[in-house]
Amino acid sequence: MKPWLALIRPGDWLVMLGSAALVGASIPVFWQGGMADRAIIRQEGRVFAEVDLKARKEFAVSGPLGTTLVAVEPGRARVVSDPGPRQYCVRQGWLMRPGEIAICAPNRVSVQIAGRTRIYDSISY
Amino acid sequence: MTRSATEREADAPGVIRLAVTEEDRRVAWLATAAVGLSLVDAAIPSPLPGVKPGLANIVTLVVLARYGWGTAVWVSALRVLAGSLLLGYFLAPGFFLSLTGTTLSLLTLGLTRHLPARWFGPVSLSILAAFAHIGGQLLLARAWLIPHDGVFLLTPVFAGAALVFGTINGLIAAKLLAEPPPSDSADA
Repeated sequence: MKPWLALIRPGDWLVMLGSAALVGASIPVFWQGGMADRAIIRQEGRVFAEVDLKARKEFAVSGPLGTTLVAVEPGRARVVSDPGPRQYCVRQGWLMRPGEIAICAPNRVSVQIAGRTRIYDSISY
Repeated sequence: MTRSATEREADAPGVIRLAVTEEDRRVAWLATAAVGLSLVDAAIPSPLPGVKPGLANIVTLVVLARYGWGTAVWVSALRVLAGSLLLGYFLAPGFFLSLTGTTLSLLTLGLTRHLPARWFGPVSLSILAAFAHIGGQLLLARAWLIPHDGVFLLTPVFAGAALVFGTINGLIAAKLLAEPPPSDSADA
């Protein structure tokens, strides 16, 4: 170890520390969309509720077929039950990344996760 | 190349002979070493495309310190060309990523080699060149291959890898440079 350390000159330490700080600082800059902090529940396209993903809560949203139950927990949300025939939105399970969405189309209810910044849920070009 | 491509009296009429200088031989040998290390690089499994040790840069750093920037450019250019031909990605996207990264890191090395040598050694040059390398690749990828800002999501990972591998390569280069230079690298 000693002979290797001798190869590092004073400025090199500076560059190493500076770069490490820069890399550390770059994490929040590039990953700011990475934290899920809100769930947006919509009914018929209108926002039914916008909840901070902090506390445990349940929402009963009524639609044309009946009641859709949505559960919110710290950092995640899901559709617990839905009167729709195919249950796609229920089977999607917990949503925890920004941009993730569960759509219960027959009952016209959707649950979407949002982060601090708007990010895209798909790429098209 | 440092082409002193002079015609000599040809053995037969119509035959042109290229005079090969010592410098040409040296560049060829060093480029061979760099290509060899590129192959080793490619054989090392990587958890993420784009995260590579970049061992060939050790050669670039040593060449830069011993023979100057011009030789380093030649060795790098030959390495990118021959390496891509051997690994089968010549003119594929990977080739242009490699070319962009190498160009930017050579430009960075051209600037940073004027830093006071008492304070900044090969380790500094290596780290800064590694950052320039990955920066250039990310920008090209964003501009051309994946025109979406999602590309930059992996920036912290790439930058971290650049720091780690830049430091290791710089240390190896410094170690090699600390040893006395070979009498003539052409006989390597």
